[in-house]
Amino acid sequence: MSLEISIQGLRKSFNQNPILNGIDLTIPKGNLVCFIGRSGCGKSTLLRCLNGLEVLDSGKISIGGHVISREVGVPFNEENFQREAMSIRQDVGMVFQQFQLFPHLRILENICLAPVVLKKCSQDEAKKRANQYLEMVGMSEHIHKYPQQLSGGQQQRAAIARALCLNPKVILYDEPTSALDPELVDEVLLVMKTLDREHDLTQLVVTHEMRFAREASDTIVYLDKGLVAEEGPPDQLFGNAKDDRTKQFLRKFI
Amino acid sequence: MINSIFVIFFSFFLATEILARPQLRWAADAESGAPFVFYNPDNLNEMMGFEYDIVQAVAKEMDYEPVFVQNSWEGLVPGLQRGQYDVIINGIEITEDRKQVILFSDPYFVTFEQIVVRKETDGIESLADMKGKKVGTLRSSLAERILRSEGDIEILGYDAETNAYSDLKLKRSDAVLLDAPIAQYYARPDADLKMIGAPIGQILYGIGIQKENQELQKKINRALKVIIQNGTLREIYDRWSLWNSPMASLFNDFAPSRVPPTQYDFFLRHNGKTRTWKEKALLYWSFIPIMAKGAVTTLNISLVSMALAVALGLILALMRLYGPRPVVWMATIYIEVVRGTPLLIQLFFIFYALPHIGIKLSPFVAAFLGLGLNYAAYEAENYRAGIQGIPRGQTEAAAALGLGKMATLRYVIVPQAMRIVLPPITNDFIALLKDSSLVSVITMVELTKIYGQLASTYYDFIGTGILVALFYLLLGLPFVRLLRYVENRFHAPYGEKGHSLR
Repeated sequence: MSLEISIQGLRKSFNQNPILNGIDLTIPKGNLVCFIGRSGCGKSTLLRCLNGLEVLDSGKISIGGHVISREVGVPFNEENFQREAMSIRQDVGMVFQQFQLFPHLRILENICLAPVVLKKCSQDEAKKRANQYLEMVGMSEHIHKYPQQLSGGQQQRAAIARALCLNPKVILYDEPTSALDPELVDEVLLVMKTLDREHDLTQLVVTHEMRFAREASDTIVYLDKGLVAEEGPPDQLFGNAKDDRTKQFLRKFI
Repeated sequence: MINSIFVIFFSFFLATEILARPQLRWAADAESGAPFVFYNPDNLNEMMGFEYDIVQAVAKEMDYEPVFVQNSWEGLVPGLQRGQYDVIINGIEITEDRKQVILFSDPYFVTFEQIVVRKETDGIESLADMKGKKVGTLRSSLAERILRSEGDIEILGYDAETNAYSDLKLKRSDAVLLDAPIAQYYARPDADLKMIGAPIGQILYGIGIQKENQELQKKINRALKVIIQNGTLREIYDRWSLWNSPMASLFNDFAPSRVPPTQYDFFLRHNGKTRTWKEKALLYWSFIPIMAKGAVTTLNISLVSMALAVALGLILALMRLYGPRPVVWMATIYIEVVRGTPLLIQLFFIFYALPHIGIKLSPFVAAFLGLGLNYAAYEAENYRAGIQGIPRGQTEAAAALGLGKMATLRYVIVPQAMRIVLPPITNDFIALLKDSSLVSVITMVELTKIYGQLASTYYDFIGTGILVALFYLLLGLPFVRLLRYVENRFHAPYGEKGHSLR
């Protein structure tokens, strides 16, 4: 079992307000990992540190050979950090709560933009691959529409295709279904399950969908006050949690 | 046969002779009206005025070809210093201050300040009588300085002499103090007004010449002396009815008038004329081609300036938002200084001050730079607001896709900002269209200048004003439509028109 992600001593605070208090975590390749916990426990911040959207205070993140690290007491080097972040983003895609499709571009253009601008492939090839991924997420008939013309679930599926088109090894999902109407949640979760089954992809999901976490994840990580309170397979957490806080949190979902 | 060949040859010789005459480029503001320099109301291709006549007489004496250059009155002296033309002649008082910067010919005209009051007014006959009263005059004139030094007088400053007198009739002021020729032409024909009191002060008008051009000063003085001695100058003043005792003393000529005041009568006929609706309509119809010409200038200068403003504005906004600290400061200082200082002064600076350090721009280029650089500051702030209006999540999404700063701006942020920015840019274009009237201070004749010239030629400020206003409206409308169309194109991805961005 090869390791895709390792996180060591990750700390982050906002205005002297500590959010992450030294996260240590390793995640094997190809796993689907769900991060759960009360709001404010730091799960979104953790995810955003992983691809450098937030600047960590200290610690080390390594994903597929790319590293973001920062030591206590060493002055911050913005340029260096941005270089590391850019490098890690080559292998890490992200899906946002509010989708964040580019509203001025059609769906196909949304998906082809980054591969073409970053010269990952030719325009034609990008289109071909975009079509492939759009088909996978069931969006083939909407490729020429603008985001605003689509439902939330459709937009989120397009956003997943956009992330996939750069061939990432890891995809980060930041509450991907929280902004969706309840009846649209399943179509997005289904895509994620399919990806887990059929692709060699590591998926990290911050979510409140406990049913999904229980059914789909290989590992669930329960965060509390910026620390990993408990991690393990779904059966263990839902059936036999060791930590009292985990038990209490999950009680209402059992 | 031989005879006619000789005639043809001779006339050809004459023609080349005329072409070979050196030019005397003289500047004035044709908006200044009668009796100084103005367009002939019967034929707008012709100019007239006593100063126009003097220039013709002087140039003829010097054997020069007079060439008229239009400039706003405020720009006359700086334009002369800049070498835009050779001489200025437009009621320019010979003062110590001006002598510091330009040369003057011997005086060609002497006059004084004249008090004018309403017919029924009693007891205002001197400066002393004006204490505690409201007195109208032209802004930044000698009369205004005299009134100010007297103290205790409420001064009403006007831009057009006709307004000073019409306000006097409306009892908004108690008296008007202005140069005698102005009183002679605009107050004396009016039955409701009267000229009263002794002459106040003394004003000498001279022809302005570039400081370093003593050669030309000598030639002009020689020519002036000749036309004084041979009676040409006296004749001009008689025809314009401007001869009076101070003039007689200056030129030592106390003989009675030799020729009738034909030009003054011509003026009175036109000034007093009440036109029928049909005559008015025909007159306005004849204005249209002239105004169209001015409108083309206005449009040209506005379009190129706006193009510069829109392009430079974007660069400035990006510098201010994303540049390293020194660049942010530079952009901020530029924007604040340019926004915070008057456009008029910036135009003056670019056109009249830069030549001192060797940068001599043509009027069009100076106008283009002046307006474009000025509006760029405003557009920069529009862009900044537009860019900042794009949700942060869009930048993060682009970053997460691995796009760098520049690519994010180019492909994600700026295209979205354009949609927000277009309405205020449209707005600014309309404002620029009207602000472009300021370029008349750097010798350009655009729509508003045409208005001033026509209005002062026909003493019709209201009708001409409405016509010019219509021209501005017509100039702006197609662009409002065009930009609205582009705006809708930008809106298309967002569904309903004007629907807000998530």
